[in-house]
Amino acid sequence: MYTLVYDGTFEGLLTAVFEIYDRKLFHVKLIKGEWLSSAMFEEVVQIITDENRATRVLRGLRKKLSSASIQRLYIAHMAEMENEESAIVGFIRYVFDSDINVEEDYGNKYVMRLSEILKMVRREKHRMEAFIRFQKLKDETFYAAVEPDFNVLPLLIRHFKNRYADQKWIIYDIKRKYGIHYNLHDTQYISLDFSEVNKHSDVISAYTEDETIYQHLWKNYFTSVNIAARKNTKLHLRHIPKRYWRHLTEKI
Amino acid sequence: MNAERITEKLNILADAAKYDVSCASSGSKRKNENKGLGNASNGICHSYTEDGRCVSLLKILLTNHCIFDCAYCVSRKNNDIKRAAFTVQEVVDLTINFYRRNYIEGLFLSSGIFKDADYTMERLVRVAKKLRTEHNFNGYIHLKSIPGASDELMREAGLYADRLSVNLEMPTEAGLKLLAPDKNRQDMIDPMEFLKNEIILRKEEKKLFKNAPLFAPAGQSTQVIIGATPESDQQVLQSANYFYKNFNLKRVYYSGYVPVLADKRLPALNTSVPMVRENRLYQADWLMRFYGFEVNEIVNEQQPLLDLDIDPKLGWAIRNMQAFPVDINKADLQMILRVPGIGLLSAHKIVSARKFAKLSWEQLRKIGVALNRARYFITCKSNEFERRDLTGNNIKQFILAESQSKYIKNTQTQLNLF
Ligand code: SF4
Repeated sequence: MYTLVYDGTFEGLLTAVFEIYDRKLFHVKLIKGEWLSSAMFEEVVQIITDENRATRVLRGLRKKLSSASIQRLYIAHMAEMENEESAIVGFIRYVFDSDINVEEDYGNKYVMRLSEILKMVRREKHRMEAFIRFQKLKDETFYAAVEPDFNVLPLLIRHFKNRYADQKWIIYDIKRKYGIHYNLHDTQYISLDFSEVNKHSDVISAYTEDETIYQHLWKNYFTSVNIAARKNTKLHLRHIPKRYWRHLTEKI
Repeated sequence: MNAERITEKLNILADAAKYDVSCASSGSKRKNENKGLGNASNGICHSYTEDGRCVSLLKILLTNHCIFDCAYCVSRKNNDIKRAAFTVQEVVDLTINFYRRNYIEGLFLSSGIFKDADYTMERLVRVAKKLRTEHNFNGYIHLKSIPGASDELMREAGLYADRLSVNLEMPTEAGLKLLAPDKNRQDMIDPMEFLKNEIILRKEEKKLFKNAPLFAPAGQSTQVIIGATPESDQQVLQSANYFYKNFNLKRVYYSGYVPVLADKRLPALNTSVPMVRENRLYQADWLMRFYGFEVNEIVNEQQPLLDLDIDPKLGWAIRNMQAFPVDINKADLQMILRVPGIGLLSAHKIVSARKFAKLSWEQLRKIGVALNRARYFITCKSNEFERRDLTGNNIKQFILAESQSKYIKNTQTQLNLF
């Protein structure tokens, strides 16, 4: 069993696949991390990301998969789920080792796993589209803080750009410390420095005049639409797990 | 803005609107054009109430003043409650500001009837028109059509709204006569008929002229109240089926009656909301719309009521044991869809996956099949399968015993399907 250490990029992962075939390393485990020269395990291989090799692997994949599948692969990796690299590499190897396109072979454990990963990512993306709550700041920017389970911000751009084309907005992932900013024309990745100040009170002091009123109205609305005779907490929690509550206006 | 006054109105008029269960915001195709605000193509639930229902739209009444006296309705004329009315501008402002903060997908506006049908409808239309034309709002708008409103207003409503609905309220005409003496079923059917024809016409037009305006792109829906009158599930589902087929309805909503008023024509105030029955009706509705079942296969003269213990698909299966077992690796999609424990997605996955290799129990489990139910009805690549000659009733008992606790939990779920 070899442990391959790579830099966490998609190109790095594709390079690792190249090495697996090139050096015939068939029992492998892929992990993200820094190279430790004094590695404790003997059979640790460092993967140095190589664009050339990555491109060759990608080209190979294009011959065997639909472009939608390649995109799915990319998204699955970008989500940064822990310990899923081996499933992704397993999938790629299964694709290369088969004569036909196997992307719908759900009886295979790697194909099925990839489909599960995608389902989780999509659900998280969907949750963000639903649970993001903007707060209007004095400079007319609508600001939202989020902490998604997986790295899905890049997947949100299209939706929010289409929807809120006429307002400036920022969606900020406080867990991963970066955000998207839309300035009425384009979106950009940004990072904010919250280190000096207490960020929450800072945001509140930047509210527009009517922000508190609308938050209050929304909370009221949320309480008014509940039908007490139908209370069902279990179902409620399944739809909105508690970890999302911190950023939901109606739940604060 | 007078925050206090608006808060009070919102509380009253949201509270009065909440018994209309439809909150869907899907099925439209409205795009955001010219860098305006919003689009209506996603059907997102932005929140969930504590009873687990989706909150997708700002669902309010324009007013709860009403000249009618429908027994089941909190806003009825003779009910002694606080009354309020929004101005057109207030509704517009609330919608825009909620929408910009990503609280909602759009507006669902309904109203008590003040003065007469047209007077009321005209105001509803004005809200929608203002949102579309003055605010370049492309979010979802669902307008309740007021029974008896003129064709002219209905046509205008269709130009601004994504969805229109006329609530049938009671599953049968007799039920309606009993509880809503001011209402007349024909007044509900006429606008439905008008809208159906108009939608068809506009669709044709859209094929010829790309720039023809959208007309109620998310179609029309209706709601019936369940459990306020004694109709059987057969009557309810047959009526739903009739409206799906004859009026091209997108959805029929079943709303378990919540006892809010004391009236000798109605179930007593302490009656519990028929939530399990409501859930079974939704499941049956899905069977008709997505699983290829005919209404008669689900309920009929011999079986006028849905079984509350088990879902209607399992119910059908145990009444039709001669159709099973199904060979998962050979049967066509239509038949696989009829197997209890296999949902739409799993059925399609099975059909894709088996082209590569025959599927075993383990693989079926991974694909998402609920084997605790499905295993009595299928065979796959394995020598293990149910060999006992079980009757439908045996199977029902086994399944119920095995999943007793889990099952009871599930029945609480409004749209947990199969
Ligand atoms: S017409 Fe509508 S609002 Fe008025 S009492 Fe009947 S159901 Fe209620």
